[in-house]
Amino acid sequence: MLDYVISKYNFWIYIILMMIGLYAMIGKKNLVKKLIGMNIFQSAIILFYVSIGVKAGATVPILSGHGHGHEAIEVANYINPLPHVLMLTAIVVSIATTGIALASLILIYRKYNTLEEDEILKIRKETGA
Amino acid sequence: MDVLYSSRPLWAVLVSMIAAFLILATGEKNRNIRESWTIMAALAKFLIVFSMVPVILQGKVIEYTIVTFYPGLLLQFRIDAFGMLFGVIASSLWIATSFYSIGYVRGLNEHAQTRYFFAFAMCLSSTIGIAFSANLLTFLVFYEILTIATYPLVIHKESKEGIMGGRKYLAYTLTAGCVLLFAIGMIYYMTGTLDFKAGGFIAGSGSSTVLIMLFAMLIFGFGVKAGIMPMHEWLPTAMVAPTPVSALLHAVAVVKAGVFGCLRVILYVFGPGLLHDLGIWLIMAYIASFTIVVAGFLALGQDHLKRRLAFSTINNLAMIVVGAALLTKSSMTGGIIHMANHAFMKITLFFCAGAIHVKMHKDYVSQLDGLGRQMPLTMGAFAIGAIGLSGIPPMSGFISKWFLCLGALEANQIIFLFVFMTSAMLDVAFFFPIIYNSFFKKPLDDVAPHFDEAPMFMVIPLVITALLSIVFGIVPDAFFRFFSLTSLAVQNIMGVG
Amino acid sequence: MADQFAALIIVVPLIASLFVPVIGWWKKRLCYPWVVAVLVIPLISSLSVLNTVMTTGKFSYRLGGWAPPWGIEYMLDHLSAFVLVIVSSISLIVAIYSKKSIEDNLPEKTVPFYTLFLLLVTGLMGIVITGDVFNLFVFLEISALSCYALIAIGEEGAPMATFNYIIIGTIGACFYLLGIGYLYIATGSLNMADLANILPDLYHSKVILVAFAFFTVGLAIKAGLFPLHTWLPDAYCTAPSAVSALIAPLMTKVAAYVMIRLLFTVFQPNFSVNMVPVMPILGWLSVMAIFWGGIKALAQTDLKRMLVYVVVAEVGYIVIGVSVANRMGLTGAILHIMNDAVMMACLFLVVGAILYKTGTREIQQLRHLNKKMPFTMAAFTITALSMVGIPPACGFFSKWYLILGTIEAGQWVWAAALLCSSLINAVLFFRVIECAYLKPMEPAYALNGGETKHEEIQRDEAPLTMLVPIVITAAGVILLGIFSGKIISSVIQFAVPASF
Repeated sequence: MLDYVISKYNFWIYIILMMIGLYAMIGKKNLVKKLIGMNIFQSAIILFYVSIGVKAGATVPILSGHGHGHEAIEVANYINPLPHVLMLTAIVVSIATTGIALASLILIYRKYNTLEEDEILKIRKETGA
Repeated sequence: MDVLYSSRPLWAVLVSMIAAFLILATGEKNRNIRESWTIMAALAKFLIVFSMVPVILQGKVIEYTIVTFYPGLLLQFRIDAFGMLFGVIASSLWIATSFYSIGYVRGLNEHAQTRYFFAFAMCLSSTIGIAFSANLLTFLVFYEILTIATYPLVIHKESKEGIMGGRKYLAYTLTAGCVLLFAIGMIYYMTGTLDFKAGGFIAGSGSSTVLIMLFAMLIFGFGVKAGIMPMHEWLPTAMVAPTPVSALLHAVAVVKAGVFGCLRVILYVFGPGLLHDLGIWLIMAYIASFTIVVAGFLALGQDHLKRRLAFSTINNLAMIVVGAALLTKSSMTGGIIHMANHAFMKITLFFCAGAIHVKMHKDYVSQLDGLGRQMPLTMGAFAIGAIGLSGIPPMSGFISKWFLCLGALEANQIIFLFVFMTSAMLDVAFFFPIIYNSFFKKPLDDVAPHFDEAPMFMVIPLVITALLSIVFGIVPDAFFRFFSLTSLAVQNIMGVG
Repeated sequence: MADQFAALIIVVPLIASLFVPVIGWWKKRLCYPWVVAVLVIPLISSLSVLNTVMTTGKFSYRLGGWAPPWGIEYMLDHLSAFVLVIVSSISLIVAIYSKKSIEDNLPEKTVPFYTLFLLLVTGLMGIVITGDVFNLFVFLEISALSCYALIAIGEEGAPMATFNYIIIGTIGACFYLLGIGYLYIATGSLNMADLANILPDLYHSKVILVAFAFFTVGLAIKAGLFPLHTWLPDAYCTAPSAVSALIAPLMTKVAAYVMIRLLFTVFQPNFSVNMVPVMPILGWLSVMAIFWGGIKALAQTDLKRMLVYVVVAEVGYIVIGVSVANRMGLTGAILHIMNDAVMMACLFLVVGAILYKTGTREIQQLRHLNKKMPFTMAAFTITALSMVGIPPACGFFSKWYLILGTIEAGQWVWAAALLCSSLINAVLFFRVIECAYLKPMEPAYALNGGETKHEEIQRDEAPLTMLVPIVITAAGVILLGIFSGKIISSVIQFAVPASF
């Protein structure tokens, strides 16, 4: 059992991170904490992708003999670059999301003077908005 | 059966729809032009419909496909004798009602007249669509349009009462529409077709439980508009509508569309054979008979003239359904011809009620004492219609009652004979006091002792319809060939069933 | 040129959105004509694509000339071309409409508004056109990000609604991304057509099952399917009129499209219908969506908020059509994607116009609106009748096919839910119609024989840039109903996956 856990430790770590993030997004009352949870959540997924491209003992996929062209390429010697490339896009997306979220947090703070969700709900109920 | 392909059914439907939009475009400012659209559409519609009668009487059907969705799922018109009969009734009476409406709304200086005429034209369009539809889907499409097109007319007064009446009307009819939609979907799933066929097409496609359930749903769906108890409540409430609406829609087009639907279901979807096998024809007949008798008694208690007429309508519609449900040749003949006869007589009565309302602003039976001296034409026509509905010769009501009674005997169900008799007695009981009071009682103070009728726009149509109900009593096949159409329809059904 | 249309659909609005700030910096009022002109091109292109698909069958477009499965491929079949036409035409209509609404609501933010507007449209069309699951994620996020920003510039309460939307929307997108990850582990491919070939051998793998679960939940969040809809009402309701008129018809519908795409193209019906019990779950959730949306809508006094809950219910309609998993049901679902897009566009445009003219959205305050804004109210009435399911408006036909689908699947409760929903809609919309058209007359009316004193109500119709889109969509509601037979026989019947 322990072997099973250790042999796939990268997945366990990503799942633990993801759950932390999910908890923060749902359970925390403070909006900034929610946002941080969201970032943890996204990072967990990025780690997950990065880890599935990795091969033990392999190197970066830059072909040294490129140009001469006759040596056979051992696939096992190079890690799979595609998941990593995908994650570049995902990182961009997550940064953009964070940016917009922060901007809306600023708007919220300007309006309600607080970032605690329950307080905001109370203010909204009182003003009837 | 010979099929004639022609776009005339489509034009018959479209002509009033086009007119409706012309009416809307013309608007309140040019009333005369607007009204001329109505009249022209009514005449054109009647001519188109009537031009197809000879073809139908040769035993042909006229077909026009609008659009096909899937095999067996299409919008299509097919005119057979039964549909033709309904088409002729509705389109001919629209002419009378158009003239009458003009007199009525101008006499009362009604508001929102454009909306009124627009909705009226739309109603007629969908009624003809119902009459000519070849299958249940087409029927449903026009049935729903009719539901909505009638709504602005029911709430026309925009009073609290009117709005409540409108809500009730929608609650009943839209629920019915949903049930119908489901039942029709079911039938399509079971049989792969929705085409009406004389003698029915659904036999053998499902277990008897399913078929009985479907029958109940369809009859519920159509029965709501036909005012079969206990689904009748909306009809008396809807009497807040202006009288021409009550006259044409709540005596002819809308409620008859419901009855027409019931008859289509009984005779063209299930068919006499299947209903006999399932044994539900008798239950159906009992339910409708219950409606006949109870509606008769309820009518007795109404002081509001239009409400009394509404209950009389419920009573007569149920009579038509009983005629079909008894499944014999004579009873069907009686039921189908009663659609025509009742239409002419009842529209006369409503026209009279409207004329009294416009002239005297009176709505209650108890206010009519001595009115016969001031409005002899109106009250005379009323008398003709009332006597006819009671089934006294030589009015046309007699013919239908005669066949209905014969049918009850043919079906060996003496009890329905008594139902028809009771109904006739009740008719006498709630109509004759009106006739007696208006002609023989001492006039009330506000009744002028001299001739002073409602506007001629109103009086002439009601006199004509009254005269026609006499003519149809003596020569049932006159002008519109109602009797030939009826017997042709019955032949078609019995020929198979 | 003709074969490049597929790329133009994405490239033109994307590049054009970058030019909006430049043009806005030069002359602010040129943004509007620029956006409208730009959006004509995707419409023409998608019509031409649809035409090509209808005449020669489906084709794919290789972006940059790279062959799939390595390069990104645009997959153009009947379904995607059909949805593309819907998206491009609705966005053009809303763009035309946006002028006055934006000038009124957000005079300072015209430039960012139009930039984001074009980006949102790019994202939506990219979702529909792409044949690559990761590319789909990117477009999903492009549309979502621009949508967040657009909502945030709305009225009071919008930032809070936006933040909730960001959190939940990100969870949805991340779940989708995780699904891609697992799919990639198992297959090593991201191309939809390639995946569809590889996957059948792996259907018993647990990895595929996990991927499928993530996809379904992620898309259910994006589509706002009950009970994952909680972000939807506030976000759509607080958004500016022109924005909610764009996102309410399109966002959830596009997500529903992706759902159909993944459930029935990437995964075969054999898997998603027979091997996992997802269809009944989706179906029952939609039933709840229909009832919950309907009941919540009944409780609203604000017209826009009422419509927002109707959107929740309408998502249920489409998903029911998907989850009955037969030909009739899917025909209904795809038809309803179109019908609902047009109906919702019309309703939200009308609400925007009413807000613009009268400054209120309260249902009770809509009195005399038939006199003030006769055309707007006529359009509203037509669409309302369509929502209730009155023929020949288009709503009737999608309801009809959906009900045939549920009957075929033997799901009586689902059929009952659809029928009840049209009754609920009847109550909802007739309440509005009554308020707008009818006013209780003074009791004297009946007695004095109809002598009525009409207070003169001036006609005060919405400006032409608003009225024209409204009338077009309302006419569309009728025409799409009348020609629904034609649309089904020429497009939708091929759009339904062939295995049904």
